[in-house]
Amino acid sequence: MSTTEAATETAPGLRVVQDATCTFCGCVCDDMELTVEGDRITKAKNACVLGKAWFFNHHVEERPEALIDGQPAGYDQAMERAAEILLSARFPLTYGLSDTTTEAQRVALAITDWIGGIVDTTTSVCHGPSGIAFQGVGEVTCSLGEVKNRADYLIFWGGNPAESHPRHFTKYSLMPKGEFVPNGRKDRTAVLIDVRKTKSAKAADHFLQVKPRRDFELAWALRALARGVELDPSIEETTGIPLETLEEIMDGMKKAKFGVILFGMGLTMTRGKHLNSEAVLALARDMNEHTRWSAKPMRGHGNVTGADNVVSWSTGYPFGVHLGSGFPRFNPGEFTASDVLARGEADAALIIASDPMSNFSQPARDHLEGIPSVVLDPKLSDTARTASVAFTTSTYGINTGGTVYRMDDVPIPLRPAFDSPYKSDLEILRGIESRIRQRQLAGSLPGPAVSGA
Amino acid sequence: MAEPFILIPGRTSQQGTTLNEGKYTEGYRVEISTLQVAPEDMQRLELEDGDLVRVYNDVGEFTVPCITARGDELPPGMLFISYGDNSSRLMGGDTQGCGMPDSKGLDVFLETAKASE
Amino acid sequence: MSSLRITGGTIYDPANGIDGDVGDIWIVDGRVVEAPAEPDASADRTLDATGLVVMPGGIDMHCHIAGPKVNTARKMIPDEKRTAEPVRRTRLTRSGSGGSVPSTFATGYLYAGLGYTTAFDAAVPPLGARHAHEELEDTPVIDKGFYVLMGNNHYVMKQLAAGEPGRLKAYIAWLLQSTKGYAAKLVNPGGVEVWKGGGGNVSGIDDTVAHFDVTPRQIIRGVASTVQELGLPHPVHIHCNNLGLPGNHSTTMETMKSLEGHRGHLTHIQFHSYDGDPDDQSTFGSRVPELSAYVNSHENLTVDVGQVMFANTTSMTGDGPLGYYLHQVTGRKWFSGDTEMEAGCGIVPIVYKQKSLVHALQWAIGLEWYLMVDDPWRIAMSTDHPNGGSFLAYPEIISLLMDRERRREVLAGAPAAVSDRCTLKDLDREYSLNEIAIITRAAPARMLGLAHKGHLGPGADGDVTLYSPDDDIQRMFELPRYVVSRGQVIVDDAQIVCDTRGRTHYVEPEYDPDAVDDIQAWFEKTYSIQFRNYPVGDHYLQDPLVVPTS
Repeated sequence: MSTTEAATETAPGLRVVQDATCTFCGCVCDDMELTVEGDRITKAKNACVLGKAWFFNHHVEERPEALIDGQPAGYDQAMERAAEILLSARFPLTYGLSDTTTEAQRVALAITDWIGGIVDTTTSVCHGPSGIAFQGVGEVTCSLGEVKNRADYLIFWGGNPAESHPRHFTKYSLMPKGEFVPNGRKDRTAVLIDVRKTKSAKAADHFLQVKPRRDFELAWALRALARGVELDPSIEETTGIPLETLEEIMDGMKKAKFGVILFGMGLTMTRGKHLNSEAVLALARDMNEHTRWSAKPMRGHGNVTGADNVVSWSTGYPFGVHLGSGFPRFNPGEFTASDVLARGEADAALIIASDPMSNFSQPARDHLEGIPSVVLDPKLSDTARTASVAFTTSTYGINTGGTVYRMDDVPIPLRPAFDSPYKSDLEILRGIESRIRQRQLAGSLPGPAVSGA
Repeated sequence: MAEPFILIPGRTSQQGTTLNEGKYTEGYRVEISTLQVAPEDMQRLELEDGDLVRVYNDVGEFTVPCITARGDELPPGMLFISYGDNSSRLMGGDTQGCGMPDSKGLDVFLETAKASE
Repeated sequence: MSSLRITGGTIYDPANGIDGDVGDIWIVDGRVVEAPAEPDASADRTLDATGLVVMPGGIDMHCHIAGPKVNTARKMIPDEKRTAEPVRRTRLTRSGSGGSVPSTFATGYLYAGLGYTTAFDAAVPPLGARHAHEELEDTPVIDKGFYVLMGNNHYVMKQLAAGEPGRLKAYIAWLLQSTKGYAAKLVNPGGVEVWKGGGGNVSGIDDTVAHFDVTPRQIIRGVASTVQELGLPHPVHIHCNNLGLPGNHSTTMETMKSLEGHRGHLTHIQFHSYDGDPDDQSTFGSRVPELSAYVNSHENLTVDVGQVMFANTTSMTGDGPLGYYLHQVTGRKWFSGDTEMEAGCGIVPIVYKQKSLVHALQWAIGLEWYLMVDDPWRIAMSTDHPNGGSFLAYPEIISLLMDRERRREVLAGAPAAVSDRCTLKDLDREYSLNEIAIITRAAPARMLGLAHKGHLGPGADGDVTLYSPDDDIQRMFELPRYVVSRGQVIVDDAQIVCDTRGRTHYVEPEYDPDAVDDIQAWFEKTYSIQFRNYPVGDHYLQDPLVVPTS
């Protein structure tokens, strides 16, 4: 099925794209109705405030196809230079990937495999710890449509969906009427657990203000109550929440028919990290002794879930994968981007649709600035500014088709709104890969660790 | 005189929308360079909206204007800032072996910018 | 035009009645052709197969190699992967990780290295179809496809309850087209919905599924007859209710009867053939004799085994409540994933131990099935990879089937009670190479309705495996001398020498376009994605093959 058939010309130069997909956040809402005038989206029906900003601000900018050491260059020349940089590196890092299609991600994985580099995604600095927790205890989870159709008890923990995932409440979790919750919001109880009383608190029936860095203790207190263990009232001092409140919440959790905990980076970025996520995953799991419960991390970037999937099916591991020995090795902390940069190990970087120069730790930024890097981004960023080769790309979902995985692993096709004069990540990465392969197969370069099957 | 606080960097819808406009726009720059302080702390430290404060730890520092947090959104002792260049300056490289640097709940000190001069 | 001649091999091609005859095979442009009439005809390439055993490429008709469940399992088990033998990158091929759930590239190369050229994933939720296709595109060399989960689909259950066979038929056809799937799969029909709707399971095929007012029997009967009416190449593929529970043989027997003569394939039948009390594992035993007798006397039935082997592996299933049961039994980490309107999923790492009475019995019960089904054309080899064990265990299973002494050695190392609770020690049957070629190639191709697979007659895909005869049967089948896929030599002496992509197979049964309005109305009310974003586009499949309906 073609994804372009969706566009209908309503007036000369005016088109409407139905069922387009917003790739800004992990909700990946695919019910956008975009009005396109030339190379501008002028209306984005159904989009939230973030979605509107996404669609209205990605117009074609007047920039060179690429910059090599700050000088304008054409794509061919830049792809040649990129291949040279990556092939001559001894410990190259591929990073980013969460804001591009799975089709492009797959090529980035191929490049990293051929050059024997490290591949890591923005997962390692958002829900990477939840991925580690998952490897410890597993996860009981469900698709967002299950939340919509069944959930009668919702706990939002360490996140602020009202601001970070604005349509989550209305489209997937809190408000919609569903097959088994026909009255929508009236059939659901909602709890917010956070250190701040954010805008999301207004939407919840109960707000539990946990003390900073005490989510682990709170999750274990609830696990204890789920098992019928008596708790000392001093739990209030530890967590900031009175025992009676916790007991009341647990009572509601047990009486629910289908509960879901949706947790954010308030857990993963705070002291405890994967232990916090693990405690919450274990709590949801334990609750299945009483009734049905699920848990789900609220993923951030549009296709970060796709990145997890592509890295996993290509290598067997979800992020932080080292391919330098000729086969995949996984070790968070050793092969994750923050670490290999902050320790000064990587000697080149391929960065796709991400801006570590503005959001990594200071020591990581200091190192990245000093090594050769190849950067793909539709917009100018601090990372693109310091790149050896910076490609200007078209924007996924707006200019190019492809596939994006929603936060619940549901893959969704993109229906682009208008063409961009710039190449897509996929085209540029393919160009780099074919140049790398030509050189490797021609034998002009030794190539990495060639060994028997 | 510097006081200890816990800093929570996080997302806001303002950060999300201005991010799309571009990282070199005034809107984005202002959003990631404004520190929210609880009303009680503002009062106690005799700070007014727009006053410059210096926030630092053993990794780095930034100096930005502060603003009173809305209503009871932020409890005393806690600071909030939108993710971005400033918050990253206080993030250390150590990930305790998990790939994720401490990015929320950071122990920091706050002082008025005048005092640091 | 490219041509390949395989000359002088000892050929086992049961579909064409060739049982160990010496001869040549000619492949032109990927297909087997008649040998040219002129005596001095030459090919672009000739493989001297003198002294080698020649069979069609192997076909795994029931495995878990792609899609959401498999990928989740990969993410979940770095502890196992860390010590598993990896697949190393070569000048031509990608790297990957091994173990019970290999990465995609590794999966393709490992199957090829084993002489298998075709494999079908047995359980994909429709909402994950796009994902499964993306993975299959990254699974090199082998031809492939997948079965679509339908046994707990809300629309299916609603049409059955409402007595709307026409709508059911249109929906199944529409769903297969939308997902580009190959066959209809039932997993614990009705039971997964019970689990999703508040916990628990059905206890038998006549329990009513709350809210939908339908029984597993109705689902099995209804889907089986609809699949037959649609003329799909493969009949309904059934994972019965009560998998793994002591005493589940009666559910399995009832399931076979519920087909009422319609064709049906019962998968990993080993897991469904148990004697005993469901609440007491110590009463565990085999009921293969009576179940296999029923299969022997009912031509409408085929089975694959789901052999258990003693090793570390990963249980992964669309049977959500089974996952919970295994988690409770083993106490190990557990994944459960419910997919809206469609399906469930359970994943638990598991170790099968020879010293465990239950595990050793499961191993023995699997072998009983191979040895007690009279007609090898109605039984296919499987481990239900990776549930009973990895597909890499097939050579070991072949050696167990061909060598009764080897079976008895293993039995001697298992708890003595195993022999009291099953008949394995009394089974003297030994498989011939021809019978091995049937259960690993010809029979699965026939069950799947793949006329171009599983044989070496003219028109067949040029998929050929050449083995060096060896007294050590397991070694012989573990290390083919050559593996050829559609006329290209892929494996030469245990090296992958050519990287190809393989074709995805799917079906396109016709349906009444007027039926779509009702499907769409239901879909738009219930799903969390847009109706038009649901069907998988053609561009997700490179070089696909539509297998015709009859």
